[in-house]
This record gives sequence, C-alpha cells and structure tokens, in this order.
Amino acid sequence: MSGHSTYVPKTAIGKWFEARLPVVRLLHDTAVSYPTPRNLNALWTFGGILAMMLVVQIVTGIVLAMHYAAESTIAFRSVESIMRDVNWGWLIRYLHANGASMFFIAVYIHIFRGLYYGSYKAPREILWILGVIIYLLMMAAAFMGYVLPWGQMSFWGATVITNFFTALPIVGQPIQTLLIGGFSVDNATLNRFFSLHYLLPFLIAGVVVLHVWALHVVGQNNPLGIDVKSEKDTVPFTPYATSKDVLWIVLFMIFYGWFVFYQPNFLGHPDNYIEANPLSTPAHIVPEWYFLPFYAILRAIDFNIGPIDSKLGGVLAMFGAIAVLAFLPWLDTSKVRSGRFRPIFKVAFWVFGVNALFLGYLGSQATDAIIAGLQAVSWAKLSTFYYFAYFLVILPVLGYIEKPKPLPVSINDAILAKSVPGSAH
Amino acid sequence: MAESDTPAEPTRRDFLLHAAGAFGVVGVAAAAWPFVDQMNPDASTRALASVEVDISGVQPGQAITVMWRGKPVVIRNRTEKEVEEGKTVKLEDLKDPLARNANTDAAADATDANRAATGKENILVMTKVCTHLGCIPLDESGEFGGWFCPCHGSVYDTAGRIRKGPAPENLPIPPYAFLSDTKIRIG
Amino acid sequence: MTAKMIRWAAAALAAGIALTATIASAEETVEYPLIKPTRQEWSFAGIFGRYDQAQLQRGYQVYKDVCSSCHAMSYVKFRNLADEGGPGFTEDAVKVLAATYAIEAGPNDAGEMFERPRLPSDPFPSPFPNDNAARAANGGALPPDLSLIAKARAVHRGFPWFVFDMFWPYQEQGPDYIASLLTGYQDPPEGVEVPEGTYYNPHFINGVSLRMPPPLDDDLVEYSDGTPQTKEQYATDVSAFLMWAAEPHLDARKELGLKVMLYLIIFAGILYFVKRQVWRGTPH
Repeated sequence: MSGHSTYVPKTAIGKWFEARLPVVRLLHDTAVSYPTPRNLNALWTFGGILAMMLVVQIVTGIVLAMHYAAESTIAFRSVESIMRDVNWGWLIRYLHANGASMFFIAVYIHIFRGLYYGSYKAPREILWILGVIIYLLMMAAAFMGYVLPWGQMSFWGATVITNFFTALPIVGQPIQTLLIGGFSVDNATLNRFFSLHYLLPFLIAGVVVLHVWALHVVGQNNPLGIDVKSEKDTVPFTPYATSKDVLWIVLFMIFYGWFVFYQPNFLGHPDNYIEANPLSTPAHIVPEWYFLPFYAILRAIDFNIGPIDSKLGGVLAMFGAIAVLAFLPWLDTSKVRSGRFRPIFKVAFWVFGVNALFLGYLGSQATDAIIAGLQAVSWAKLSTFYYFAYFLVILPVLGYIEKPKPLPVSINDAILAKSVPGSAH
Repeated sequence: MAESDTPAEPTRRDFLLHAAGAFGVVGVAAAAWPFVDQMNPDASTRALASVEVDISGVQPGQAITVMWRGKPVVIRNRTEKEVEEGKTVKLEDLKDPLARNANTDAAADATDANRAATGKENILVMTKVCTHLGCIPLDESGEFGGWFCPCHGSVYDTAGRIRKGPAPENLPIPPYAFLSDTKIRIG
Repeated sequence: MTAKMIRWAAAALAAGIALTATIASAEETVEYPLIKPTRQEWSFAGIFGRYDQAQLQRGYQVYKDVCSSCHAMSYVKFRNLADEGGPGFTEDAVKVLAATYAIEAGPNDAGEMFERPRLPSDPFPSPFPNDNAARAANGGALPPDLSLIAKARAVHRGFPWFVFDMFWPYQEQGPDYIASLLTGYQDPPEGVEVPEGTYYNPHFINGVSLRMPPPLDDDLVEYSDGTPQTKEQYATDVSAFLMWAAEPHLDARKELGLKVMLYLIIFAGILYFVKRQVWRGTPH
C-alpha cells in the first residue's frame, strides 16, 4: 500500500484487469512483496492469528444466527436445540463460544507484545489507537454475544453492565432505560443486542482494514525496536512471514481445538446453563475471564473521591483503564522503543504483566475473600494503583531517568553479530 | 549451505510446499462440511411425527386437508362420476405416465387404480402442492373437474394427474396406510 | 538503579498492606458447598472417554423411577434414547416406552384439546403442569429441570487446580457434584440449625440444607443386569445419565477431536519443515 510496487501482471487478462481494478496489485503489495523486518519473532504472528479468529467468529456466527431465535422466551431453548438437534450444531457453537476466548487470548498477547517492544511509539500512534478501538469493539461484541444464550449469567451480566450508566449523574438513568429499551433487561434488550452483536464484527473488520493499512504505511516494528535502514534488514512477506504465520496459526488452532473438543465449558460459567430468571441473582456473578481485570478495578473503588461517589468512581476507573491505553504513545517518554534495551522498564513491564494477571484473579474472587491475610478488595486497590501508576507515573518518568543500553546500528548488523552467517535457526 | 550448493534442495522445497498445500486444502474441505451440513433439516425436523386422520366424516364429494411435514395433504372422497372420469382417461393422453405414488412401485403406471387407495377406489390421498413451482392448487376446479393451480394455470384431473399447463408431474401421493376403515396414518 | 526501584516498590507495598490490613479482620464468608464434591472415575472422562451404554440405561431407570416424579427433563426427547452415543435403546423400544405417557394435543375439529400417547419425537413428560404447581407441591421449592443440571452445577475446584484441569481435561465436576449430593445427606452437626422442611447436606451448593428429601436408598430400583443395588451405585449411574442428558454429543465430540488434533499436529509438523526450508540461508 505504500512505497514502490513490484507487481507486474504477466497475462493479457491480468493486464486488462490491472488497468481497470488494480486489486491484484494491492494484494500483491500487501501480502507478497511487502518488506518485513527479518528479525521478527513468533509474537509477530499474532496479527495473522487474530485475522484468522475474526474470520472464524464471523463464519460460525453467521451459521449460528441461522438457528438462533432472539426472543426472550425461546432464546435459551433455541441454543439448546442448536446443541442437540442441529447437524454439527454442538461443534459450531463450541467453536464460537470458545472462539471468543481464543480471540481475547490472542489479542492480549498481541497487546503485550506491543507494550514490550514499544510498538505504540512514533510513527505508529494511529496504528496503536486503531488497535485500541478494535479492542473496545471486541469487548462490546463479546459482551453482547454473551447475553444471547439468555442464561443466568447472560441476564445478570447484561443487568450489571447496563447499570454502569446509572452511575452518571442526572442523565444516567434515562440513558440506561434507553439502552435496554425498558425498565429492566428484557426481550427488547435481547433483540437489540442480537442486532448489534451481528453488526459489530463487520465494524471490527472495517477498522482492521485501517489498522493493516496504517501498518503498511509505517512498516512493522521489530524486537530491536529500531527503524529499518536498508533492504538488507528486510525480507519479502511471502514466503518468509507467510510460512511463519501459517505455522503459528495451526499451532494456535491446536490450542483452540483442545478447548473446543476436550474442555468446551472450561472457560464458560456453569450458571449460564440455567435459563435467565429475573427473580433470582446467582450467588457469585462474574464476567467472562477476559473482563476480570477490569471487573476487579471496578470493584476496587469502594470509596467516594470528593464529589464523585464510589459507583461513578468505579465505572470511571474501569473505562479509564482502557482509555489510558489510547494516550500511551505520549505517556511513554523514552526515545527507545524495545524493552530489550531498557533495564528498568523491563522490570516495571513484567510487574505490570503479573499485576494484570493478578487483577484478573481478583476479579474472579468475592471482594471479601481473604488472600494471604488481606481482603481481595484491598489487594485490588493496590493492583489498581500499580496499573495506573505504570501508565501515568512510571512510563513518563522512566524516559528521563533511565539509561538505555546501546542500540545496534541496524537489524542486519545485529543479526550478523549473533549468528554465524548461513546457519538457519 | 546456500541453495546453490545443493541442487537437490529446490525439489525438497517444492515437495514440502506441495505437501503442505495439499494437506491444507484437504483440511479446509473437511472443515467446510459441517458448515454446509448444518443447513440440512435438523434432528427434530427429521423426526417429525406421522399424522393420523379420522375420515369418517368425509362424505362422497367432500375433501379434508391436513398438514403433514409442513405441506397440505388432501384426502378426497370422490364421487362415482369422478372415479369414472379418472378411469376412462387413456394413458397415452397423460402428460406424466407414472403413478407418483409412494406406496406403489416407482415405475407403476398412472392409472386411476394406482393413484387411488388400495381397495378403496373412491379415496384419493395426495400432497396438494403443484409440481410446477410449489403453489397450492384449488379444489374442484379446472376443466378436468379436479384441481387448478392459480399461479401458472396447471390443470389436474380427478385423480390428481397433470393434464395441462406447465407442471411436469402428477401430484405426489405420500406414504400412508389405513389403520381402520375410517382412520389413515400419513407418513 | 533497578535494585533501588524494587526496594521502593517493596516499601510502598508494605505500607499499603499495613494500611489496609485492618479491614482484613472482617469475617470470612462461608463458601458453599461446605464439602467439595468427591472426584469419581467416570467412563466418559478424559480424551478417550466414552459413555458406558449399560450405565446410561441403568441411570435412565433411576431417573424414571425416582427423579422424574418431581423433576422435569424437557429438553430431552424420547427419540434421543435411541441416538448414537446414548443409552442405545432400539427405535421400537423407544416407541413403546414413549406411548406409555400421554401428552395434550389438539385442538381437534371440535376445538377441544385431547390426550394422545407420546411419540418418540415428544419430550420427556414434566411431572407438573407449570412452575407454580411444582412449587406448590414441593413446599415452595422448585425442583429444577434436569436436562442441563450436570453442566449447570459444576463446582469449581478453585486456584490452583483449575490451571491443572485446563491441561488434563477435567470436565466432570457436574456429575461429581450430583453423585456427592445424592449420597451426602446426614444428620446436622451439633449447633447447626436447619430450617424446617429442609434436609442437611454439606454437599449442597447453595446453603447447608435443601428441600429435596434424600431421594435414594438401597434396593429402591431393581436392576436387571446384576449391578449392585446400592445407594452409591444408583447415584453414580443417574449422574452419568444426567451428564449424557446435558451433553448428548460428548462421544461424537471426543471422537472428532482425536481426528482433528491428529490432523493439526501432522500439519503443524509439515509447516515447521516448510518454514525451516524457506528461512534456510536467511539469518534472522
């Protein structure tokens, strides 16, 4: 999409087509001749894995929509008939339900790769922000999708999440009523969630196109975090990156298949096999695992901050935890991209990673559970504090006080320095 | 160890690429099947029950229509005149010479006897769905005194055989059996 | 500098703990069930697990003779008893069995509802016409529909076990729970007050006691295949049957899984060599 194109149509038909719609050239430049840094590691295959997951979710989703009925009295039953009667229905539904989890696993790896190697830094700010938008859309799509089976967790999850809006002063209640189309979550809510759940993946696909476009304008980052200097630093996307991507996509499918065939309900919640009942809330409501860190942040704010009460404070903190990602390119003041050359950053980063996992664990626990002598909610406060401190204090300050290790002159130099020429590894 | 040193390498590489390609194509094709097959009728549809109909109230010249597998099935108690009309038609005048009766041999002729119920020549049981494009023909109408399809003008006679119009086949007769003199099970 | 930073962080953490430790003295809430389900050996556990047809048949018998007098199972149809990977009834046996129950049908030509014998395509009968009738007949408690109970009552084993359960597939928390519950009734320990009309059971997921009286007892159901007629055996058999009712395609799933995994592993192997071949001579 950028720079010099090497595509030359070979056949007469190819030339005829090229003069009218240069789509083959576009594909060729994007997926064949596109120069990629030759030192990319396996973490860079997660973009391809995510593209595959998006396709899987859309295909299985369209199929499920052929059998699903978005009507509150029969939605649960229609899901059960998919599981029991529709040919291969059990397979397609388990692929879709576990696919959502796989999508998030892959996106988290993708995000953490970006965080570690500084992929958000100039000139990749727009690329990064598009990624944050995709992530937000994914969360919305996943949440609404989880409501559709109309089990207990679906129903109460929808109730709790839409109640976030009531935290806003004055306009909150009317907004919530507008969103759910009634005075409580009901058939109207289910119907609009189904409609939006069907729409969002196509919006995601659209933003993905922009994301890939932006990527091809600025080029890929790499584990060294230094710019590509010459052609020696790169290899053509096909066959080099393609062969790696396909291998890792298949390896990821093995992981995915493991869940679909042997642990299909491991990542779900048993209560969602009970039909929604507006009269009784399950003992422990927990969101799906991929929302747990944010859920912990929401519950960590159990105190008023000046005029902001704890409810609004929690909701703001939770949305803030995602919104802060969009400002990351300007919060990180370091000139060096890759964490490899940043000794203090490295420590802060890994603490951040463990902290994020710990937040997820806290999200799954009751707030009054005791963990190592301390209540879960207290741990959540500490963890939330570090989460924000990492973005708002550590990263801005580190850029000034940290002395990075010397950077290699070029990607090619670094490769030659560490490997004997000619040996594959 | 550059490629030029060992001339056998391009072959090995080609082989690997072809093997991977073939393997991938087979996998994608196999994975596609569940996504196609899911559109076929599901287990609950396939298991749809048979229908039992009481025909004791159906006088000669009357008919009732019941639903079976989502389609209307007409059960007509034909008058003697209608039976006679059905019998006198010569086979070579018929557009479709086959009986289209699920209860007889697939090659049976479209005689009136092969269309009517066995041993009860006045009773005609058939699926009332035009063999042209699936509309529902009207009872007791058309120039042959049988059925007339309002969509594209197909005309059936008193034994439900196509006589005129675009429809290619006689109205099909579903599998059915008499449980008693007045009770029929369709399906 | 790194060491310094870590020391700061440690100091901050310690201060935070000291600040909040006061709250930790609050009483810990009780987690139900009081006793975690006993893990059992199930024929359908693990990668190669399959349902035991004889066990499913016995389980159906227990369900039919005992459970079905209060519990519905409305997602399961009689025809499912003849499905592959199920209890393996013949189609004729299913027809005969289904016909012993009536179902309301109609309206007929006179506009009246009437009863007809059930067909294989009809669901298992529900003992009560609606939820309110079920509550009224059971002291206010609704006996849950058992179609999905084995998937809806999985008791999580908690951290760190769930991590291990991920890598060696363990999905049998549901039947474990049911079997433990059915055999777990006992006299309440001293000092424990049990609400009237309920029965103490430390295996119950939602409190100390439940309204369902102990349903099983030795020699309650007659087995024709010589299997011991004990309470424990009944509980195990009916739990296996309920797992099948909740997950009727388990056999097919695990069978297809083997093929798919084998295919993917071989494919990954080929692709590994392709990748190596492609990158040969290109240091990276």
